[in-house]
Amino acid sequence: MNALNKMLGGRQGVVGLLILATLILVVFPLTLDAFRLNMVGKYLTYAFVAVGLVLCWGYGGILSLGQGVFFGLGGYCMAMFLKLEASDPESTKIQSTPGIPDFMDWNQITELPWLWVPFHSFTFTVMAVIVLPVLLALIIGVALFRRRVGDVYFSIVTQAIALILTVLIIGQQGLTGGINGITDLKTLLGWDIRSDSARLLLYFINAGLLFGCILFGKFILNSKLGRLLMAMRDKEERVRFSGYDVAAFKVFVYCVAACFSAIGGAMFALQVGFMSPSFVGIVPSIEMVIFAAVGGRMSLLGAVYGSLLVNYGKTYFSESFPELWLYLMGGLFIAVVMYFPNGLAGLWESHGRKWLSGVTRKPATVIASPAPGITPTPALADKKAASPLEIQP
Amino acid sequence: MEWLSEFGAIAAMQGFNGLSVFCVLLLMALGLAIIFGQMGVINMAHGEFLTIGAYTTYMLSTLVQTWCPWMQPYYFFFAIALSFVVAGAIGWVVEWVMISRLYHRPLDTLLATWGLSLVMQQAFRSIFGAREVSANPPEWLMGAVNLTDAIEIPRNGLFVMGLTVLMTGGIFLMLYRTRWGLHVRATVQNRIMSRAVGINTRKVDRMTFALGCGVAGVAGAAFTTIGSTGPTAGSLYIVDTFLVVVFGGAASLFGTIASAFAIAQTQSLSEFFMSGSMAKVLTLSIVILILLMRPQGLFASKVRK
Repeated sequence: MNALNKMLGGRQGVVGLLILATLILVVFPLTLDAFRLNMVGKYLTYAFVAVGLVLCWGYGGILSLGQGVFFGLGGYCMAMFLKLEASDPESTKIQSTPGIPDFMDWNQITELPWLWVPFHSFTFTVMAVIVLPVLLALIIGVALFRRRVGDVYFSIVTQAIALILTVLIIGQQGLTGGINGITDLKTLLGWDIRSDSARLLLYFINAGLLFGCILFGKFILNSKLGRLLMAMRDKEERVRFSGYDVAAFKVFVYCVAACFSAIGGAMFALQVGFMSPSFVGIVPSIEMVIFAAVGGRMSLLGAVYGSLLVNYGKTYFSESFPELWLYLMGGLFIAVVMYFPNGLAGLWESHGRKWLSGVTRKPATVIASPAPGITPTPALADKKAASPLEIQP
Repeated sequence: MEWLSEFGAIAAMQGFNGLSVFCVLLLMALGLAIIFGQMGVINMAHGEFLTIGAYTTYMLSTLVQTWCPWMQPYYFFFAIALSFVVAGAIGWVVEWVMISRLYHRPLDTLLATWGLSLVMQQAFRSIFGAREVSANPPEWLMGAVNLTDAIEIPRNGLFVMGLTVLMTGGIFLMLYRTRWGLHVRATVQNRIMSRAVGINTRKVDRMTFALGCGVAGVAGAAFTTIGSTGPTAGSLYIVDTFLVVVFGGAASLFGTIASAFAIAQTQSLSEFFMSGSMAKVLTLSIVILILLMRPQGLFASKVRK
């Protein structure tokens, strides 16, 4: 019991988790109509990525600008399975080659490519959703972290990988559906995923998986591994000289983040009913970082709020004031990074909590305290930069 | 033997095509490489400075066309200078307002400059419209030079190449023959010690950043002779440019030149054998694979960290 309590982050952690759970599992389903709820479900699939980013960026100090790659891989694996199910010979008999996905037929492909064949099996698909992205993350992680490359460098390489995958998907139209992606996904094992009841159920499955990921994240962060991650982010050399294998920890947390993103991607394909390269490339990948940054890069729950808020804002503004949205999004990037490095969760720690309980004030938890590299106020940052004894990281 | 000479001609022209790409990439990457090498900062909005240069040239071209058409043959030189100044000035302000406050947080600079690039792109769209515009290049830049019957070398490509050589030479001279260059090299090697001996590193940073952005502006001016300018013209090149910088090895100008050349030529020559998108995939994958095996890049500076 004590261990469980510690894992959840004490009373505050439990309360925060309960509030979020009430919001997602009770308030949204009761107040929103089916269309809006499906939209929230879509936003929550991005929250998987944001939660992963909190782990690897906020705590591990690894800024991956290519999380869309893993989101996309998970999503495409699921979409391929669904597409194969939707293109049985019966419903595709008007094609010149029945039984293959429609876009392949349009591209004069007459046989199912070997890459697609294993995706007839649901078990294989579920495994592929997890294994493929983790494997890719493992390869990238081992290759780069073992050689101790810098942070910025890692970001650039992951961004380039996102570009490669997008160009590849768009270029291989016959294999991937090109820029339109894989559309018209209808059933999952014979179960119509487009009906309202199915969408409601998928919403809850999605939320359940998300909470699973959050709990797993909390478990990592409250273990010794979480401490080590933070120590590595702040003083990598010191951790290395203490005898820890820094690269192994980095690879691990990067793989966990990739796995979360992939689950999000698979749930995205299930709930939204299509998958396209516009969720893979550079722009979506970096937008996913801003979800985590707005929510608070040090807060797993904050990442969920951040994803919901930014995406709600995006939907609202791009419907009502499309030309304003990019200004706002850009401004958000700048403002969050320069003035609120700890995001909403940071604001809550510094202001909200004080306001809530002026009497029972508690010292801030370890997790909430900002890292030396992330100064909470610009004033402090200035003072630090002006100091003559500054030490280069 | 007929087909062989034809093949040679196509290969030569494709190679020249690669050289034009190389020039734009190099002009973009030079600024980025100096900034990255010195400050450890990657400027995601670097592509937008290219766009600023391109739009500056476009505006000047339109002005010249309406007010003093006789200037048409000569305006391009002013356009290059003006692009440099405008992009450099905006870069100076950006460093002052934003980058200098994000010292020690290179990853955050990445995100903040990305936000800046979004804002700038939308600003271009609001001011100049979403449609692509093109400047009127002077007549002496049109057409091509016929080397042989089969090989045609476009003049604008030659001009861009000359400009690139000039800019690169200029930067080398500045880095290795001026006081400012000395300060930059000192700061790159050891920031703390440079400060200790009285170099105002913040001022050096600001100058470097402005200069890097100015060079990107010149790349934009050169870009108008090759293609038309849209609000997102610069962002098309940005990932390639980043790769050029990390592939070449940070803080090594020779590395930057070599890697820009390698990437541009691989891209352009493989386009000869496959579709453009697959050529891009192939080029980037090769670069990434080499980087996975040799993360320090082609020419790493031998400085102990």
